[in-house]
Amino acid sequence: MIADTNVTLSRWPFRRVPGDEPEVLVAKLRSQSVTEAWTGSFDGLLHEDIGGVNERLASDCRKYGAGLLKPFGSINLRLPDWQDDVRRCHERFSMRGLRLHPNYQGYGLGGAPFIELLEMATERKMLVQIAAVMEDERTQNPLVRAPLVNFAPLAAALKRVPEARVQILNSGRLAPQLRQSLLAAGHVYLDIAMVEGVYGLVRLLEASPAGRVLFGSYYPLFYLESATLKLQEAGVEGAAREALLSGNARALMAALQ
Amino acid sequence: MIWDLHCHFPGFGGRTPEEAVEDMLRLADRMRIERFLLYMGERFLHDPTEAELREQNDWVLRAVARGRNRVHGLVYLSPAHMRTSLAEFDRCVRDGPMVGVKLWVARRCREPEVDAIVERCAAQRALFFQHTWAKTTGNLPGESSPNDLAELARRHPGVPLVCGHTGGNWTLGIRTVRSLPNVSVDLAGSDPTNGFVEMAVRELGADRVLWGSDAGGRSWASQLGKVMGADLPEEDKFKILGGNLKRLLTPILTAKNLL
Repeated sequence: MIADTNVTLSRWPFRRVPGDEPEVLVAKLRSQSVTEAWTGSFDGLLHEDIGGVNERLASDCRKYGAGLLKPFGSINLRLPDWQDDVRRCHERFSMRGLRLHPNYQGYGLGGAPFIELLEMATERKMLVQIAAVMEDERTQNPLVRAPLVNFAPLAAALKRVPEARVQILNSGRLAPQLRQSLLAAGHVYLDIAMVEGVYGLVRLLEASPAGRVLFGSYYPLFYLESATLKLQEAGVEGAAREALLSGNARALMAALQ
Repeated sequence: MIWDLHCHFPGFGGRTPEEAVEDMLRLADRMRIERFLLYMGERFLHDPTEAELREQNDWVLRAVARGRNRVHGLVYLSPAHMRTSLAEFDRCVRDGPMVGVKLWVARRCREPEVDAIVERCAAQRALFFQHTWAKTTGNLPGESSPNDLAELARRHPGVPLVCGHTGGNWTLGIRTVRSLPNVSVDLAGSDPTNGFVEMAVRELGADRVLWGSDAGGRSWASQLGKVMGADLPEEDKFKILGGNLKRLLTPILTAKNLL
C-alpha cells in the first residue's frame, strides 16, 4: 500500500509522456499498489486561468480516480486575486493541499504574498507543496528555463507561520545544509523522487527527523519504478518501509485534521 | 541478467579500490546486477595529467582484480596525452584485463587524435565509450556533444561506438545518432524521465540501447527504473539490461577468458 505524494495530471508542456492520459495513469498507479495519490496539474506551471486548471483537476480526479487521486490545486501568487483560488480549492473542491511552482511563475518565498498563502493554508488546514524543480536545468528548453527554487527565505517564513505544513517536492538537488536548516525550521516534509546516489535515500533518512520523508514518485514525468526501487536499494524494510510508503503521509494528513 | 555499462567509484563506500568494490558488489547483489563496467579513479578529473591517468587506471585494475569476474574495467584515456594514452591502452587492455576505453571531457572526440584510439579498440575488439552531453546550460570546453560523436562515427563506420548518456538531452541525442548504425546509446546518468527508453527503442531499435547507471553518483534504483518501468516487451528489456552489452563484449571477454 503506497501513498504517492507527487503525482501530476494533464500534459507536460514539452512532450507527451507515457501515462499522461488519466485512465493510463490510474491503471499504472493501481498496478503498483498505490492507494492514494496527491495529484497536481502540469497546467499549473504556465496556464494563467488557474481557476480552470483546478476545476479540471478536481473533475478528473473524481472521474478517473475517485478514492485514489487527491487533487492538490495550483496557486500562482503573481495572479490577481489568487486568494480566491485558495478559497475555491478548499471550499468548492475540498482539496487537502496546494501545489506551488514559484520558478515557473517568477515569485519568491520571501515576500508578503507567500506569508499570506501560508497563513491561509494553515487556517484551512491545507498542506502546501512547493516543487523545487521540475526538470534538470541541463535539459530544459532553452527558451523556457526555470532554475531551482530559492528556499533560503523559507525558514524565516516558517517562523512567521509556525503551524504551517510544507512539503518540498523534487528536493533532491537542495544543498544538504539548506535542507537540514529547513527541516529544523518548521514542519517541513520531503519526498524521494529526485533523491540520487546509491546511498542517497539512506543518508536522507538518517539526516531527517522521523516522519518527514514521504514517498513521492513524480509519476508520470518520472518512471514510477524509479522511486519504488529506491527502498530496495536502501534496504528499507519493516516498519520503516511502511512509514515511508504510506504511514508518514497518513500521519501528516492526520496532523492537518 | 543485468549488466551495467557505467559505474564509478565516487558515491560508494571504502577507502581503497578493494574496499570500494566489495561495497559495490554488496549493493549490486541487492539490485540483482550481475556484472558492471567500472572506470576512472577515486575522484573525477576533467583534464588529467599523464601521471593522473595512470593512477586512475591503477585504481580500476585493483578493483577488477578483486571483482571476482563480475567487474570489468574501461581504461581512462585523454586525447590531450596521446602517447601516454596509447601506452595505457596497451598496458590495461591489450596486455591487461580491461575490456574497453572511456573518454571523458578533456578534448572533444571529433578531434583527429581520437582516430588512433578508435583504431586500437577495433584491433582488440574493445568497447569504445565516449561521454556526451548537449547541455542547455552549456558544455565544458572539451566536452563532446552527440554531434561530435556522430562525426567520429562517420569516420569509423565499421567500429561500434557508445554514445554516453545519449547526450543527456536524450530527445536530441537519439536523433543525432539515429542514422549511424555503429552507434549504441547509454541510458546512464540522467533523470529517470518517462518515455526515454521507449523513444530510444522506437528510433534506434532495442539492439542499440544499453543500460548503464552512472552509479554511485546516480542511484542504481533510479536508473533501473528507466527500463523496469518502460512500456516495452520483456525481450527488449532483456537486451537493454544486459544482452546487448554482453553481445558487444563477448569477443574481448572470450579472448581474455573472462566470459
